[in-house]
Amino acid sequence: MGAETEYGIHAPGETSFNATWLSTQVVHAYSRETSHRASAGGETRWDYTDEDPLADARGWSYPRSAAHPSQLTDTEVTAAQIALEGGETGDPTEPLMMNMVLGNGARLYVDHAHPEYSSPEVTNPLDAVRWDAAGDLVALAAVRRIAATDGVPAINLYKNNTDNKSVSYGSHENYLMPRAVPFKDIVSGLTPFFVTRAIMCGAGRVGIGQDGSGAGFQISQRADFFEAEVGLETTIRRPIINTRDEPHAVAEKYRRLHVIIGDANLAQVSNYLKFGTTALVLDMIEHGTAPQLEFANPVATLRNISHDWELRERHLLADGSTATALEVQRQYLNAAIAHCAANGSSHPETGDGHTAGVLAKWEQVLDGLESDPMSLSGQLEWVAKLSLLQQYRARDKMAWTDPRLGLIDLQWSDVRPEKGLYYKLLQHGRMERLVTDESIAAAVANPPTDTRAYFRGRCIQEFGANVVGASWDSVIFELPQLRRLQRISTKEPLRGTRELTGKLFDANTEVAGFLAQLLADTH
Amino acid sequence: MASQEQKNVSSRTDEEHVEDLPLPAPGADSAAAQAATSGVDDLLDEIDGVLEANAEEFVRGFVQKGGQ
Repeated sequence: MGAETEYGIHAPGETSFNATWLSTQVVHAYSRETSHRASAGGETRWDYTDEDPLADARGWSYPRSAAHPSQLTDTEVTAAQIALEGGETGDPTEPLMMNMVLGNGARLYVDHAHPEYSSPEVTNPLDAVRWDAAGDLVALAAVRRIAATDGVPAINLYKNNTDNKSVSYGSHENYLMPRAVPFKDIVSGLTPFFVTRAIMCGAGRVGIGQDGSGAGFQISQRADFFEAEVGLETTIRRPIINTRDEPHAVAEKYRRLHVIIGDANLAQVSNYLKFGTTALVLDMIEHGTAPQLEFANPVATLRNISHDWELRERHLLADGSTATALEVQRQYLNAAIAHCAANGSSHPETGDGHTAGVLAKWEQVLDGLESDPMSLSGQLEWVAKLSLLQQYRARDKMAWTDPRLGLIDLQWSDVRPEKGLYYKLLQHGRMERLVTDESIAAAVANPPTDTRAYFRGRCIQEFGANVVGASWDSVIFELPQLRRLQRISTKEPLRGTRELTGKLFDANTEVAGFLAQLLADTH
Repeated sequence: MASQEQKNVSSRTDEEHVEDLPLPAPGADSAAAQAATSGVDDLLDEIDGVLEANAEEFVRGFVQKGGQ
């Protein structure tokens, strides 16, 4: 699994700068910050060979000529396009940095008009939290570097999903699945879960409606921006289930389920449950043990649940009965407890070491939401934000339309610990930590050891000067003594681990010897 | 680089002399949390000090272009 975070980007007091150009400055700043430089002064070009954003999981491909320009994510923005968009761009003779592959196996790049950090591939929800939080430190390092650079306006980055003026940007999750699972089973098994899971992993939002003009608080940043049940798009007519079919792996064996409905999370418990429970539900779908239920109107119910932070409403199911969001989540939890007990994954001694923890936290959180949602203000992100907002409202007698509440919502997600209000609560010991600050800092520099991200990350660390391109499923080397490029394919996500390749890196400090031995071993 | 960042984070925290408040652990019941009123007031005071000036203008100026 893995996480993608598009950060909100803002140069306070500067309205004339082009957002895409500002985003290139974030990538550029981080390339100067890190010692993991690849060739050409820091930029590792992305290898787009295996990208196919218009392939649909339902079995067809959308015609390129009919696609919205924002759907064509397999090409890079050029300086000419930025110039066409308008806005100030700083020195036009400076190279534009669009893309980096980091020494921790992540990708940092410009996606549309936002900087995006895509975490390295991990195998469990705690690592997902860790390497996603590492991205927030990458963003912070870029912000610091820019603040100390002449000629570039100060830039703030926000880990949120909307500007409250009709625009939303995503934080996506990716899950590796066997291709043999029929896509219709994924849609039917996952939709009721996605419609209701925001009660655990919503980040909270001040304002109702896409433009936020309605007064009040809602559970999710993203819910009001979803308009379809199933579809290929991610920027327009956003669907609850996204059908983009780019496996970034052996296509006959795997699919990468691309999840676009989640909120970006700073709170670790919310982020952990987002990845952990979703992975369990996918496992149940694969084995035919997911609950069978269906909402009558999934898109409308998704919004209604987000707007009902007292969690009292009942929602219409397709069979004419009704259920609360909590009851639906409880059905999924109970099914997961039975499923994991049957396959042994949740066993305290012989289990996989992660499933029991996810189930326990899931149950504890649903119990808390049932008795008193505000009791979870130290764990769930939307409850923590709501609690802070309510304290302000009580102290200063503020209506929901008070602009200071909108500012608290925005500044909640500022990546700077001296400004970000989530970090203020964390510093005061009010937010539960699941991973230590030390391990997050280590994840900024180092890849996970149990996926192909290990191979990618160490290639950048050890031989960055000879890596001219990389992607999720390739690393491309250029050696001075060779006339052609050497592309190493990494299509098996669970190969390229430390166990399989660590010795090869340790034994070879020279890139030529490394490649020679690698190719001898694999052929 | 990671260690440098880590150092920055901790030195900033030191500078602010953030005092640890005697607050209930996460997950404690909300009645107890509400009882710690003075702690809440201190936190709000601290947040008052870091909120961006001119909330209305700042929020209005945060305009994003479309994303995924």
